[in-house]
Amino acid sequence: MSEPSRPRLAVWKFASCDGCQLSLLDCEDELLSVAEAIDIAYFPEASSAMGEGPYELSLVEGSITTAHDAERIREVRARSRHLVTIGACATAGGIQALRNFADVDDFVAAVYASPEYIATLATSTPISAHVPVDFELRGCPINKLQLLEVLSAFLAGRRPAIAAHSVCIECKRRGNVCVMVQGTPCLGPVTHAGCGALCPAYRRGCYGCYGPMETPQTAALAREWQSLGVAPREIRHAFRSFNAAAEAFREESEAHDDQAP
Amino acid sequence: MEPEAMPRPAALIDRQGLQALIDALADEGYRVLGPMRRDDAIVYDDLAGIDELPAGWTERQEAGRYRLERRDDAALFGYAVGPHSWKRFLHPPVETLWTAHRDEHGLTFRAPEPAEERFAFLGVRACELHAIAIQDRVFLDGPYVDAGYAARRREAFIVAVNCGEAGGTCFCVSMQTGPRAEAGFDLALTELLDAERHDFLVEVGSAAGAALLERLPHRPAGEADREAAATVVARTASRMGRRLETDGLKALLQDNPEHPRWDDVAERCLTCGNCTMACPTCFCTTVEDHSDLSGTSAERVRQWDSCFTLDFSYLHAGSVRQTPRGRYRQWMTHKLASWIDQFGTSGCVGCGRCITWCPVGIDITEEAAAIRATAPDWRDD
Ligand code: SF4
Ligand code: SF4
Ligand code: SF4
Ligand code: SF4
Repeated sequence: MSEPSRPRLAVWKFASCDGCQLSLLDCEDELLSVAEAIDIAYFPEASSAMGEGPYELSLVEGSITTAHDAERIREVRARSRHLVTIGACATAGGIQALRNFADVDDFVAAVYASPEYIATLATSTPISAHVPVDFELRGCPINKLQLLEVLSAFLAGRRPAIAAHSVCIECKRRGNVCVMVQGTPCLGPVTHAGCGALCPAYRRGCYGCYGPMETPQTAALAREWQSLGVAPREIRHAFRSFNAAAEAFREESEAHDDQAP
Repeated sequence: MEPEAMPRPAALIDRQGLQALIDALADEGYRVLGPMRRDDAIVYDDLAGIDELPAGWTERQEAGRYRLERRDDAALFGYAVGPHSWKRFLHPPVETLWTAHRDEHGLTFRAPEPAEERFAFLGVRACELHAIAIQDRVFLDGPYVDAGYAARRREAFIVAVNCGEAGGTCFCVSMQTGPRAEAGFDLALTELLDAERHDFLVEVGSAAGAALLERLPHRPAGEADREAAATVVARTASRMGRRLETDGLKALLQDNPEHPRWDDVAERCLTCGNCTMACPTCFCTTVEDHSDLSGTSAERVRQWDSCFTLDFSYLHAGSVRQTPRGRYRQWMTHKLASWIDQFGTSGCVGCGRCITWCPVGIDITEEAAAIRATAPDWRDD
């Protein structure tokens, strides 16, 4: 009997920091099983082998910030049977989506010595704004255990068990004492689970790395932050980080005045 | 039977006696759990000795606020209930139900090894005894007994403590669940502390409790000691932080599903699920199935869930309770009304945790009062 052929995997990078791809390499103990189950055909970060498409599964990191990348993601989609985005950049536009709130030409002029060499779009947008996406794995960066869950689910043909509820539920399961009730502002109630409530476990408020949860009641949370003494400007900044362009966070950040102290 | 008519056997122990109690339990192979100060809160965890108890600490609890404060005495149990409840031990947040393995011989399923652990809980409050009794109904009554819960529950040794301090969000008096521990314990302590003494009145609630008491240095309790203990409990009862009118409450909630107050609370509620997680009676879980990369093993994991998640009411093609309004209404109506239809008691023991640990301080007693005050279908007669 011949070896059953392994599904071919590609890992793509768009505008991003590489942190999410590194989560795959971080699966040290599991990497061999990954390689046994999947033919890693295209993964420039890990190997110089550049297998040709088509691919059964493409993992896409990063957002779309150039016309060239907007074209490239279409090609990736055309060559991939399943496309899964990994991380806040690919699912929400990432920290670089802060440009969406300002004039990108001002940034370019301020940062580069020769701005005329820079060709960039006015916005940073998630992959789903350009092509259909089969599954979005959240996080900045993603949690490697969740990545393994997505890969295992894909191989078994089942739905990944990835919950979309608040971080608070993970926080309570973990037995943390709620920092918000003790006076520290926390984004956990409006943030998508996935990290296992890491920051509250170390007595910090949640920074919202996984973006909005399924039904984010951001206005209600912002009111409570205000009564904890957080200034409107700080509230705006809190919602405007790795997931600044995610709809619910964008709207809430725009509701708070940047000028107020 | 009137408790006064037939007093339980009682004795006195001092702080050394309390240490001896912990030692005796550990000696009998129990994992002793009790209150201690950590992360600026009083949590339940493994307890080696009385030095770890939060001596001289109390807490200030309000809706959505919790802060530790010093007491002006050295009471060991001078606070109410904190963020944890005993639920996390009897009904753990994450539990593997089975694992499966596939090899050349076929597919085999295996139940997890039954835990060897026997818990001894020190400092269980009256409301918590009632919460445990409520979860007993859920997990042990009827044809489908939860085997894991049954094993942990059967082995548990319970040392109750009568509350000497009412929390700012407590309302056990309204729910008739406290502050005095009436049943469901092996031993019950009342802390007796003044300028002359620091003792504990010990009441015996079971044969196992009586046997354990025999191993401790103790002396007989007199009538004055019993009276002192009764005074402690009476003072606590008079200082409840909250009150809930339970008269007709079930009908009030069930008759008013369209009350405008549900829209009002939906504006404030985060749908975060903290209230259900913190509640000592909420029992809902979800199961997740995981398979590994090679497709040779799989497991089913059960985790605490909440009626505030969308997945909780997911039927094919969508969630039944899409709105925060529908989800808050489900939580509160289940706790205070439909629980009675389902299990014959209220699902609320008045511990106040859902009030304190709601990040935006939504208060179940205040919501109930607001509905009562303005319910169109409600006549207080
Ligand atoms: S610490 Fe943050 S994440 Fe944890 S329960 Fe409190 S609000 Fe939620
Ligand atoms: S509903 Fe609230 S007050 Fe009642 S038992 Fe649950 S947590 Fe305690
Ligand atoms: S209130 Fe919600 S989480 Fe609690 S037992 Fe009822 S349905 Fe379950
Ligand atoms: S009532 Fe409070 S704790 Fe419960 S889901 Fe709403 S905001 Fe969260």
